[in-house]
Amino acid sequence: MTALLTVLFGRLPIGWLQLKHNRTRFAAAIAGVAFANVLIFMQLGFLGALVESTRLPYHPMMADILISASDANTLSDGSNIPRQRLYQTLNVSGVADATAVYLGKFDWQQDNGSTVNFQVFGIDPDRKIFNLPGVETARGRLRLLDMALMDRKARNLDPSTLSTIDAGDIFSFEVNGRTLNTVGTFSIGGGFDADGYLIVSDQTFLRIFPNRTAGAPTHIFVTVAQGADPEIVVERLRQSIAADDVIVRTIEDAAKADEVYQTTEKPVGLIFGFGVIIGVMVGLIIVYQVLSTDVADHLAEYATLKAVGYKQSFFLSIVFEEALILAIFGFIPGVLISLGLYEFVASATGLPVSMTEWRPVAVLLGTILMCIASGAIATRRLAGANPADLF
Amino acid sequence: MKSIFLKRDTGPTTPASATRADEPPIVIEGLNHWFGSGEARKQVLYDLNLTIERGKLVILMGASGSGKTTLLTLAGCLRTVQEGSVHLLGHELNGADEDLLVTCRRQMGFIFQAHNLHESLTAMQNVRMGLDVHGAQVTTDWQAAASHLLTLLGLGDRLDYLPGNLSGGQKQRVAVARALVGNPYIVFADEPTAALDKESGYQVVHLLKQLGTERNTTTFMVTHDNRILEMADRIITMEEGRIVKDEIQDGWQGS
Ligand SMILES: Nc1ncnc2c1ncn2[C@@H]1O[C@H](COP(=O)(O)OP(=O)(O)OP(=O)(O)O)[C@@H](O)[C@H]1O
Ligand SMILES: [Mg+2]
Repeated sequence: MTALLTVLFGRLPIGWLQLKHNRTRFAAAIAGVAFANVLIFMQLGFLGALVESTRLPYHPMMADILISASDANTLSDGSNIPRQRLYQTLNVSGVADATAVYLGKFDWQQDNGSTVNFQVFGIDPDRKIFNLPGVETARGRLRLLDMALMDRKARNLDPSTLSTIDAGDIFSFEVNGRTLNTVGTFSIGGGFDADGYLIVSDQTFLRIFPNRTAGAPTHIFVTVAQGADPEIVVERLRQSIAADDVIVRTIEDAAKADEVYQTTEKPVGLIFGFGVIIGVMVGLIIVYQVLSTDVADHLAEYATLKAVGYKQSFFLSIVFEEALILAIFGFIPGVLISLGLYEFVASATGLPVSMTEWRPVAVLLGTILMCIASGAIATRRLAGANPADLF
Repeated sequence: MKSIFLKRDTGPTTPASATRADEPPIVIEGLNHWFGSGEARKQVLYDLNLTIERGKLVILMGASGSGKTTLLTLAGCLRTVQEGSVHLLGHELNGADEDLLVTCRRQMGFIFQAHNLHESLTAMQNVRMGLDVHGAQVTTDWQAAASHLLTLLGLGDRLDYLPGNLSGGQKQRVAVARALVGNPYIVFADEPTAALDKESGYQVVHLLKQLGTERNTTTFMVTHDNRILEMADRIITMEEGRIVKDEIQDGWQGS
């Protein structure tokens, strides 16, 4: 290792030799960097899960444009909108089709005692709304009242429920005084707002939620005519509807706005974002502590080298060498532990917590940067000093 | 006798090229120095004037606290000159910028009161640090140079020892090797033999003398060691920040 580094740097790898010389401190420093890495990875994992789970229900939507209440920050938190807007929409050129979609939530108390919080979509069973395999094949069966399709990735779902449905049987359960018959499944997966999704017909929806009316859906899903530019149609819709009780956006824009709201305005998002900052700060403090102690311990030796004629850049390079070694040695256990924790959290919460390909790269680069910044600060003491004053 | 010292690099940028061969390497004029600031400000050097000739072994003596180390570090560009002039190898150190200081330091060898070896580097690697500073062309044969010098100082069987496994005297000799391996124009030494027994102290001073005759290297040394005084070309005595005695020894050949 020493010989390799000597060739690599074109000088003695003093940083490496120095770190290696004090093994206990070296191990503690690596553990510190690894800890900071795990902290950052976990917060980024949660943040990523928040983004991913927010976007999950948007992915399979086949519409091009979403018309929602103007106070809607997320898919489900907006007011209802007047059905009148649907008719206005159908009159705009470039619109191929439009359909009202109803959203509501309920808690289902399972026989095993645990609760599943479902986000329910009430849709027109004659229209293609979701590009989901299970939905397209079973959509026709929703025309009968009280039929439902269930999210098989819903959190806390009793496994026997799925095996019943998968065996071809109908799984029935009670909600708001009505019996719902589950005739199929699909996969979306829950997030921070709900445990999972349920798809029913609009007629069934209005029976489960008696205080909702057909005249006030949650969204209008708009499909543009073949060859029409959704952006242009959005503009036309805004002009011709000209009502301030709705906002018209492409699905992608709506998903993006939802994501931004979740991560920057909702407490969960803020907490995770703040957690990342805390992780970076903990890492900075640990690395700075290690490097500045190291510089302080070797001050007389550095002063001697300064007296021999070594420049400040030489001492910086030693400390950067140490910083780089700490960053890399700490990163490896950090990323491995995080991968294990991701797996654990994902299976324990059902949240889409997983490693993206850019995240390790970003964290490693961030760690190196963090270490180098600490190193630069730690060597400042050497910069202006007279060698004679440092012995 | 084959020289043990590496070839000096004498490129056009080295300070040596700025001096003529007969020009004294150290010229000090009207040097005053203070420590502390405000009320605590205390003068430790008073109007020193001193010219040191090339190739000589010059010894600085004086009671503890008389200012020997201060003078040595000022002349060796390890401390910022406050008032007066220090002319080193043709360069004025008063007001010198960091680049000039670095260039000057690379022409010096400094042996300190404390050895200050890198604890994580072996004896050989510590000596190498005295060479690496000069850049690649000097360091090609660093191993031969470093081991030869260490062997000469009686450390031939300790080349790969870490300082932690060496005695105080052995560490001091490694520090001597580090200072000399770069083949400096001037060697500043602050009580280099204090930690050494009679025999190795003699070896060190002999080496410095050899540098003087063979390479015209100047040595400016603080010592209380009577055995060394005999070998000196000139003995300067300080008292409370002033030069009170300046004796030229037998065998001195003025330039
Ligand atoms: N960094 C400093 N700050 C303040 N005063 C100092 C400092 N270094 C030295 N002094 C003072 O300057 C005076 C000269 O010190 P110096 O170290 O030059 O003496 P010295 O002759 O080398 O002594 P010794 O033989 O004990 O090494 C002393 O009075 C000392 O207390
Ligand atoms: Mg002293």
